[in-house]
Amino acid sequence: MIFQSIKMAVDSILSNKMRSFLTMLGMIIGVMSLVVLVSIVNGATSSVTDSISQIGTNMLTVQILDDKGEPFTLDEVMGLSEKESVSATAPFSQGSATAKYGSTTENITLYGTTGSYYDIEGLSLARGRFLKNTDVKNSTYVAVINSATAENLFERSNVVGEIMSIDGYHFTIIGVLEEEESTIGNTSDRLEAYIPYTALSKIMGSSRQITSFYVSSADGNSMDMVEQEMTMYLYQRLGDTDSFSIVNSSAVMETMSSVTDTMKLMLGGIAAISLLVGGIGIMNIMLVSVTERTREIGIRKAIGARKQTILVQFLIEALLVSVTGCLVGIGLSALTIFIINNVASSLSASMSLDIVLISIGFSMIIGVVFGIYPAYKAANMRPIEALRHDT
Amino acid sequence: MENSRYMIEMDNICKTYEIGDEIVKALDHASLQIAEGEFVSIIGPSGSGKSTLMNVIGCLDVADEGEYYLDGLSIKEYSEDDLAFVRNEKIGFVFQNFNLLSKLSAKENVELPLIYQKIQKKEREERVLAALERVNLVKRKEHRPMELSGGQQQRVAIARALVTKPSLILADEPTGNLDTKTGEEIMRLFHELHEQGNTIVLITHDESVADQAERKIRILDGKVTEVAPFESGVNNV
Ligand SMILES: Nc1ncnc2c1ncn2[C@@H]1O[C@H](COP(=O)(O)OP(=O)(O)OP(=O)(O)O)[C@@H](O)[C@H]1O
Ligand SMILES: [Mg+2]
Repeated sequence: MIFQSIKMAVDSILSNKMRSFLTMLGMIIGVMSLVVLVSIVNGATSSVTDSISQIGTNMLTVQILDDKGEPFTLDEVMGLSEKESVSATAPFSQGSATAKYGSTTENITLYGTTGSYYDIEGLSLARGRFLKNTDVKNSTYVAVINSATAENLFERSNVVGEIMSIDGYHFTIIGVLEEEESTIGNTSDRLEAYIPYTALSKIMGSSRQITSFYVSSADGNSMDMVEQEMTMYLYQRLGDTDSFSIVNSSAVMETMSSVTDTMKLMLGGIAAISLLVGGIGIMNIMLVSVTERTREIGIRKAIGARKQTILVQFLIEALLVSVTGCLVGIGLSALTIFIINNVASSLSASMSLDIVLISIGFSMIIGVVFGIYPAYKAANMRPIEALRHDT
Repeated sequence: MENSRYMIEMDNICKTYEIGDEIVKALDHASLQIAEGEFVSIIGPSGSGKSTLMNVIGCLDVADEGEYYLDGLSIKEYSEDDLAFVRNEKIGFVFQNFNLLSKLSAKENVELPLIYQKIQKKEREERVLAALERVNLVKRKEHRPMELSGGQQQRVAIARALVTKPSLILADEPTGNLDTKTGEEIMRLFHELHEQGNTIVLITHDESVADQAERKIRILDGKVTEVAPFESGVNNV
């Protein structure tokens, strides 16, 4: 019976191809705008959260803008880890230099820091060891490099113990980091080396004073507490709040995700409205179809079709239009997203299963909601009146 | 025959239509009885209420007043779905304008009432073929109504009416849209069906067609004016 109804629905859709297509077009456009827009927001969200989580979400970044003539020393910064909510601190400075090995020369980003950086950032080593406090104290020329550097400079991964030149200074490689799995791709190509904080200031010829450092919390959930404690400390130390800045990346992440959630909801809502318009199109065409087929309905009823049979027949037809439109829309969305990802370099879209399921569900609801009235109208026609209908 | 075992029994049936201020009494206290196995014609001029009567007999419409028993059951309290069930099980319709579904083939048209009876595909096929055989149209089973002549279309309609093995075949001007010769063919088919034991009620305005039935019921202005006596073998109660 249900098979018969589906066959009838397919026949009737096919017998009016142009009309069915135009009706579906409404659904197709609606579904496409829903899926594509949400996927673009998804893509943007994941690339932003990626870069945030690369900084690390379990830490604060503190920057000293004005030390009021009393520079922060290494000991002072390291001493901050004594605080109750703080697990570790690591000073941090950055520079770029030319690295050389044999005849290969590459530009490299240098990070000057201490051993605690390893845990704060959640790095992992493929070989060797990370920086130690003695390296920092003695300003030893040792370096931990990322895998891209090993590949590009040495063309192999086991390079612990090798010596490379950084801006003419000879650094011993003591460790190689594991390859990063980054969703954005290009960051893992960057050549990076971690060297003792003191060594960096030495080769850069800068002072040893610390202008920025990372603070990690003793317990992942207490970032706000760490932030409070650090703010208090720095305020007392510097006398105002303009002389320093604290970036709480977990807070940034939260704000970020609430912004993108709102955006997703807003764009999704707008797209849903176009789906609704598609649904009205279905209802419109179904009403026309019911009127056109009044005589058919009369004949079917005369030879014994029950109300429910007619209702189901027309409902299936509406559902078929909306769901087919939806599936075509999803297919075209996938194509559009593929094109976006390959053509527009500034945009990256990612289609999630969620949005696919949501749009299928939504289309089915639309099919039923907008199909039920025409179907009900058809089901409740009185057979003699339907038979008398001309056409 | 057993007591009062009429196929159809109508008792003072009334049906009025109101259009604006005008009230049309399409059926005005019409009473009649038709026994199982009879071939009865209902005749009357245009507008006399024949089609209205057929709609009531065929359970397509319900009377405003009066009692109607089909197979001994009063259909007064029936819901629309109950009526659909009765039409499906007990009545085979043959209309003046055939009323076939234009998008379906002859075979599919004949199959439709069986689908509504939820009969299995295999049995459906057998019965559809048998019905088409009966009207001599097996060769045309894949044709759509548009590809068939008027007479052939009416035969498909008769096959559709037969396929459910109904208690009653109800035909409203079945020859009205056909030429004389084709009309005669259709009438011959009705005669054969009657001989095989089917109960047939044929509505017409054409005396020569009506004369071919066993018995004539005349209707005028919604009133049954003349009922020919039952033939031998049928008790008049
Ligand atoms: N739906 C309706 N609304 C209003 N009046 C109706 C309706 N159906 C029938 N009538 C009226 O009832 C009367 C009987 O109509 P009916 O169709 O039963 O006549 P008929 O005998 O079948 O005529 P014909 O031979 O022309 O088919 C007519 O006067 C007609 O105008
Ligand atoms: Mg009539």
